Amino acid sequence: MQFMLLFSRQGKLRLQKWYVPLSDKERKKISRDLVQTILARKPKMCSFLEWRDLKIVYKRYASLYFCCAVEDQDNELITLEIIHRYVELLDKYFGSVCELDIIFNFEKAYFILDEFLLGGRPRRRPRRMC
Amino acid sequence: MSPTVRLQEMIRVIRSARTQGEERGVIQKECATIRAQFRQADNGGRSHNLAKLLYVHMLGYPAHFGQMECVRLIASPRYNEKRVGYLGAMMLLDENQDASLLITNSIKNDLSHSSPYVQSLALCTLACMGSSEMCRDLAPEIDRLLRNSSSYIKKKATLCAVHMVRKVPELGELFTPAARSLLAEKNHGVLHGAVILITELCERNTQTLVQFREVVPELVHIMRGLVTSGYSPEHTVAGISDPFLQVATNTDSSKTAGSAVLYETVLTVMDIKSESGLRVLAVNILGRFLLNNDRNIRYISMTSLQKIVITDHNAVQRHRGTIVDCLKDQDASLSLALVSSINIRSMMKELLLFLSTCPPELKSHAASGIFNAAESIALCSAGGDVRDETVPNLIQLITSASQLHCYTVHKLYRALVGDISQ
Repeated sequence: MQFMLLFSRQGKLRLQKWYVPLSDKERKKISRDLVQTILARKPKMCSFLEWRDLKIVYKRYASLYFCCAVEDQDNELITLEIIHRYVELLDKYFGSVCELDIIFNFEKAYFILDEFLLGGRPRRRPRRMC
Repeated sequence: MSPTVRLQEMIRVIRSARTQGEERGVIQKECATIRAQFRQADNGGRSHNLAKLLYVHMLGYPAHFGQMECVRLIASPRYNEKRVGYLGAMMLLDENQDASLLITNSIKNDLSHSSPYVQSLALCTLACMGSSEMCRDLAPEIDRLLRNSSSYIKKKATLCAVHMVRKVPELGELFTPAARSLLAEKNHGVLHGAVILITELCERNTQTLVQFREVVPELVHIMRGLVTSGYSPEHTVAGISDPFLQVATNTDSSKTAGSAVLYETVLTVMDIKSESGLRVLAVNILGRFLLNNDRNIRYISMTSLQKIVITDHNAVQRHRGTIVDCLKDQDASLSLALVSSINIRSMMKELLLFLSTCPPELKSHAASGIFNAAESIALCSAGGDVRDETVPNLIQLITSASQLHCYTVHKLYRALVGDISQ
């Protein structure tokens, strides 16, 4: 995985995790462009798209968009599963998670993400969390 | 007031700002306070100040003055300070920043820490933002962890090793023996990581690939064990045909996870040089996907079929009917591309019907697809009559769609240049 972004329907970033080295300016530009592209898509369109030279997998859960950029040879369906697992983990930790939980406890959302994905690759779901 | 509340209070204040200017003002004031506190000696709220800074950074404001604080916090003995320090390192420091080298020594110490949680923080950060120099320095440590630690740490260490091999391919030789011995692990998480590591090693170096070929029977055995014991096998293996048959027939595709596994099997079957029976099975799985209610599954099956049709033409032909049905779908541009590649002559009628009924934004795609297909057929023997019957219909449709005029003139000119007798 190259990066994962979480953003609201108004386009505000709630979490950004980058697994490739890019300057701040490049990151901002990519986030902005990608967020605009995804927000412009209609609800009935499918969850995968090709953007620049990346494969993008995104899914909307309530008011938050979860968006991952994966490499060409990665399996998109598995990425969707990864996103879903992450949402399940957040739900389990916060108890019926909502966007506000992620806003006010963003550092915990990052810690959970880091336990689950290492260097952009998923691990088996951990039983206990610190 | 405890510092965590102060962090959340700050977030609340920022969110209540009504204009961009007001938000900027609040944030500037906070950043000034944070900067002043960084300069002070150790106080209890260091981790929370950095967390505040990270929030501000996420909103898009500059936060480079926090880099040294990250370095300081990583070196702290307190766990919660270390944790925020590492998070800050992953967000603010990347390999292009000079300050990132300063944390190498801290990471090295933390990799040998008594607490596995501290070790995992270090591994995670290294896997996320480790530069080539850092990877080279710390590779022996990771190798040690791969051989000798709890499965919790081994899982993380294998994934960290994957990152290192990508950054510094020469390290592959160092990790190969450890990767080999990891296959004997019982823990699924470690096995999963080991397979990813071995895949990465084999991709980088063909000699390693030859070495691991002899391991294939062992891998197949593991996979078979997983399939029969009822776990859903999450890793893919460049193995031989039998386990894939089992996986393909025994996996329940009613849930997305099952479909994901099936799709991975299909991808693998196509990648390795499978025998034709298996390839047909893979294409049939994709054909089944086309009937699925889930739009995403239909999309990936169409993209895969597009790639496959070049090599396995006949197998894809069988699913022609389903593909044409997909044209009725709202997001049909993809199925159109696929239809154009396979035998178009018999479907010309359906295609023209589609062209007259489809929404305007797809008309140009559809017309170009049909033209491309007609052109490719015109190159072979009896293509002329296909063009004859379609041309009047197409002209009629195109005159009603003004944005196509320019394109069609262009195409016709090219066609005329190619074949003056028309």
